[in-house]
Amino acid sequence: VTPPPDSAHRAAERAVRQSYGRLLAIVAARSGDIAGCEDALAEALRAALETWPRSGIPDRPEAWLVTAARRHLGHQRRHGKVREAAQATLDVLSTAHQSTENEPIDERLKLMLVCAHPAIDPAAQAPLMLQTVLGLDAVRIAESFLTSPAAMGQRLVRAKTKIRDARIPFELPDRDQLAPRIGAVLAAIYAAYGTGWEDVLGADPRRKGLAEEAIWLGRVVVGLMPDEPEAKGLLALMLHCESRRLARRDAHGAFVPLQRQDTALWAKDMVAEAEALLAAASGKASLGRFQIEAAIQSVHAQRAVTGVVNWKALILLYDLLLRVAPTLGAMVARAAVLAEGADAQAGLAVLDALSNQTANYQPYWAARGHVLALMDRGAEAATAYRRAAGLSEDPAVRTFLLTAAGATG
Amino acid sequence: MQYMLIFCEGMDQFATRNDPDKAPAYWGAWMAYVGALNQAGIVLSGNGLQEPATATIVRVRDGVRHVQDGPHPDTKEQLGGYFVIEVPDLDQALEWAARSPAASYGTVEVRPVLPPPAQ
Repeated sequence: VTPPPDSAHRAAERAVRQSYGRLLAIVAARSGDIAGCEDALAEALRAALETWPRSGIPDRPEAWLVTAARRHLGHQRRHGKVREAAQATLDVLSTAHQSTENEPIDERLKLMLVCAHPAIDPAAQAPLMLQTVLGLDAVRIAESFLTSPAAMGQRLVRAKTKIRDARIPFELPDRDQLAPRIGAVLAAIYAAYGTGWEDVLGADPRRKGLAEEAIWLGRVVVGLMPDEPEAKGLLALMLHCESRRLARRDAHGAFVPLQRQDTALWAKDMVAEAEALLAAASGKASLGRFQIEAAIQSVHAQRAVTGVVNWKALILLYDLLLRVAPTLGAMVARAAVLAEGADAQAGLAVLDALSNQTANYQPYWAARGHVLALMDRGAEAATAYRRAAGLSEDPAVRTFLLTAAGATG
Repeated sequence: MQYMLIFCEGMDQFATRNDPDKAPAYWGAWMAYVGALNQAGIVLSGNGLQEPATATIVRVRDGVRHVQDGPHPDTKEQLGGYFVIEVPDLDQALEWAARSPAASYGTVEVRPVLPPPAQ
């Protein structure tokens, strides 16, 4: 286990990735060749990640990266290794950093929209965004998406080739096209953050390890699209979830479900920021999936003040969410909330109706165990809890569910 | 597509199998995992194995049998069990590997099964 890097180190890394993303976006927008730009910038990125945390962030970060890239390409050329295409990239790079200032629309927005183009394999969209906008390498991304590094590498290469060869345009789409594309961008960022938080028990916190990067991308998007309420909703949602990180484990490392978390351990600054974002988003009067999910987390967050969970509000919000985004996760969470806040029998009936699509869906079995336990159907609850435990990756969650099975069965 | 999930555990994990305080949690986790695998209907075969100390190694060199007390030396982790499962692709096999108790304290190797030779 490596210790968490200090904040200066983190700030430097952030600056490296911000500048890298901006440069890559500008050059890629002109050439359409993301892989070529990455080749040209790879060494500069590596050098910056090594140097800036020690020496501090340079005054003109993009100029620094361009100089490093030029030096590297010059070195390669002297050794006869440079490809023809690299010279063109170098030429674009040389003028690129000058245009990063006073750019009316940040090219990164276009780059993200390209990554989330419907012609790109949906499974590649979030990884592609992480690689192009933040410069994360394929191995790290593969780890977080639980896929093999080779397969992830191939997937990314395929996507970049498609962008170049099919000439997916680096442009802001027309207004009627823009909304769904932005939706795809936000969904990809949320996928990077990690799934499973909608589960009301909090029983499936896959520790995907990209939470910080996803929040950071969320901030970039809010900055790029200040008028898009769903971008604010997404960032608010991720911040609410992130604020509870310390409360999810007790002093012995045991899993603590949301309702039993010590609210004093929630990060107040993140909660406050999330609430402010949500309030700003609601001013736009256009309600979407991420705002509703953030509002659900906001209701849970209010327990820190009121001491109780407002189940009625949660039921209403989940009903709303199902109209906008009827995902399996939302349906399972709504059933659990219904059982807890109103009618256990009704909650179980909803779960029964879902049972043909949930064989390997961990949150379903955790919720089912919980609802059956509420109804004092101990033996059935224990069976469901055990099934959920068998589908859990996290040993703390597995232990929690097995203990619950032991207590009910 | 068939994959073998190969579970490797450290010696301290093998020790917990017989530790009265820790054995219930160890076996409880494996029972839940095996239960979920069976419920998913993807298991072709699989077994847990007895402790590495029970292993014996056999080699024949130049016609001479060499029999040695096992297990293979010089590895921190030893084979603890395996499953062969039938799933559509590697990502789903990795998903099942990650759910196994061995993934969080040992390692799980995932390997595609060699298809039978063409007749």
